[in-house]
Amino acid sequence: MVASVTTTATAATTNGKNITLTWWNNATAGVLLNVWDNAAKAFHKMYPNVTIQNVPIQNEVLQNTKIPLALQSNNPPDIYQQWGGGSEATQVTSGKLMDLTAASASWVKSEVGAVASGWQVKGRQYGIPYDLHVVGFWYRKDLFAKAGIKSVPTTIAQLEADVAKLRAINVAPIAVGSRDRWPDAFWWEYFALRECSLSTLKTAMATINLNYPCFVKAGQDLTAFIKANPFNTGYLATPAQTGAGSSAGLVANGQAAMELQGDWDPGVMQPLTTNKNILNDLGWFPFPAVSGGAGNPTEILGGGDGFSCTTHATNYCPLFLKYIDSKPVQVGVAHAAVGLPVNAAAASAITVPGEKTAISYYKKAAYLQTYFDIAFPTNVGQALDSAIANFFAGSGTPQTIIQAVAKAAKSH
Amino acid sequence: MATDRATLDQGLASGLPGPTLASPGRTGTVRPAARPGRARRRLELAALIGPALVLFACFVLVPIVIAVRYSLYNWSGYGPLSDFIGLHNYRAALDDPVFRGAILHNFIYAALSVVFQLPISLGTALLLNRKLRGQRVFRLVTFAPYVVSEATTAVIWLLMLQPGGFVDQVMKDMGLGGLVQTWLADIHIVLYTLFVVITWKYIGFGIILFLAGLQGVPVELKEAASLDGATPAQSVRHITLPLLGPTIRIWVFLAVIGSLQLFDLVWIMTLGGPANASDTMITYLIYNGFQSNEFGYGSAAAVILFIICFAFALLYQRFALRRDTAGALTRIVN
Repeated sequence: MVASVTTTATAATTNGKNITLTWWNNATAGVLLNVWDNAAKAFHKMYPNVTIQNVPIQNEVLQNTKIPLALQSNNPPDIYQQWGGGSEATQVTSGKLMDLTAASASWVKSEVGAVASGWQVKGRQYGIPYDLHVVGFWYRKDLFAKAGIKSVPTTIAQLEADVAKLRAINVAPIAVGSRDRWPDAFWWEYFALRECSLSTLKTAMATINLNYPCFVKAGQDLTAFIKANPFNTGYLATPAQTGAGSSAGLVANGQAAMELQGDWDPGVMQPLTTNKNILNDLGWFPFPAVSGGAGNPTEILGGGDGFSCTTHATNYCPLFLKYIDSKPVQVGVAHAAVGLPVNAAAASAITVPGEKTAISYYKKAAYLQTYFDIAFPTNVGQALDSAIANFFAGSGTPQTIIQAVAKAAKSH
Repeated sequence: MATDRATLDQGLASGLPGPTLASPGRTGTVRPAARPGRARRRLELAALIGPALVLFACFVLVPIVIAVRYSLYNWSGYGPLSDFIGLHNYRAALDDPVFRGAILHNFIYAALSVVFQLPISLGTALLLNRKLRGQRVFRLVTFAPYVVSEATTAVIWLLMLQPGGFVDQVMKDMGLGGLVQTWLADIHIVLYTLFVVITWKYIGFGIILFLAGLQGVPVELKEAASLDGATPAQSVRHITLPLLGPTIRIWVFLAVIGSLQLFDLVWIMTLGGPANASDTMITYLIYNGFQSNEFGYGSAAAVILFIICFAFALLYQRFALRRDTAGALTRIVN
């Protein structure tokens, strides 16, 4: 790996000068901070004239304030955290993002795979992911056993039957953090994935137009499912990740049996409970099939985290992104358990049992659909999340979700 | 004194802000000997007011002008301002029932504050102003929530108000289990739940303010009244309250402006939900403006909020605070 990186480096020119690349990322603490520090040091060892300055910044500050302002200024960082999709497309309009298509062509397929397409804008690669996320059900194996559930549900009808069994043993069958809106969106989006054919889904996402019967059907499915009373008490005000009363906290403490969440959920649950064995108590299963739906039941909802280079950076920047996606660093990413490594060679380094199930399912998935709110332009995504959250709160119809997207798309 | 007056007039003429003069006709007699002094005074004024004015202009006036400019464009926050759309953002905001609902929520908070927080804090201040055992402890306890940051308050209450949480437990233990609600999840209750938390947080501020005001009520007046046979209630009604007038009026002003600008607490506890039932103008503009990369639209909502606050401040100054500030001004002018 190192050898191949070095060969490419001869193409990179610094005219013999020492250069520093500033690197804004969201790893302010934990294992990932060490992984990044070590990656920066190792890269400097390979290229002694290049110094990577690691600048960790709190996630929301980074995403909502620092990056937009930096891209308006004449002095943006060289490398920065990139979530891909619609927000990346908006950032590209600043003219400050480096086109990585040519620089990454030789390795992006082998090291990253299909998930990299989520970081393309009009077919050009403006960002490269370092980890990927999949959304699925995290469930308590002990509570499922107690309720007499022998195997994980593979259809919505089975899931509803399991909900009734879990109610009977007095636990909240499913926790959902509706306060934060985006967890609600996972539900509606998964019903849409199951109801819509892949071609409809792709067209709808590309044209920002959800005006197809299958999206109405998704809303109807969700209404019917909510009627089965599957969620925790007061879920409309439940935060997703804050405190023991959050949806993650409820599952972590055994007050709820499952949650539809991203692969990062075990990492969120750990500090919210005194249960030292929580990682082994958790199992993972994919969103069940919907009877009569046109979607392939192995399609998966997810996303990931990546980095972009700015035009401010030298061509050492794409080289560094390649190094981050190489096996040695990717093993570190897997250990950090913040997301699944994009490089399949590092998959065996995943230690959390449920995450192993999730990544093996991902490998067989027909398609990975980026979360709609990230895939769409930011204003459309936010409008969609808001409309779905209102729908959960009983305000709105399957149509209002589609209309909210149409209205936001018009102003985009 | 005449020199002062002339300097003030000069200051006004040269565009320096100064107190509004009641009768601008009375300018005139400047003694020749005062000339060097006048120059020095102007220098002093420039040196003393200058830095504050520059800061005020940089951090208040300029941002307002910039926000107004942004609000006239369809702008994602990236690239140049090129898509001029006039007042479209304002029309869109005022047409949005969610934004109108948010404005209504702000006014509900303002009204509830005046109706509930004023009597509670005034009453508590009157009680704490009496000689009683543990007076300092009581004062400290009532003031403590105000010292806690708004974010901390929000997180603590968010945890306490979870279903089956501390609040529910306490109510059950008191035999009030039947009254337990999903405090933050019920769209009909959430606004009032948040108001209770806001009251808990800000009541101490009112109490401290009124206690300070009560120190300015001369004891002699109360003694005289009681010698004349006034009951304690009469003494409060006819002596204490009128003399507390300026403090009460300032408190109302602060409470209303605070209610209009409410943000942190709501954002952390509910994000304006469920179904926008607890949205305020600022939570609305943060979500639909800045988090949605609609900086033009968000700026329009912010300008509307500014206009509402500014109009209230002006009207309140004109009609309620006039008497209180008039004294201060006449002292400077004469």
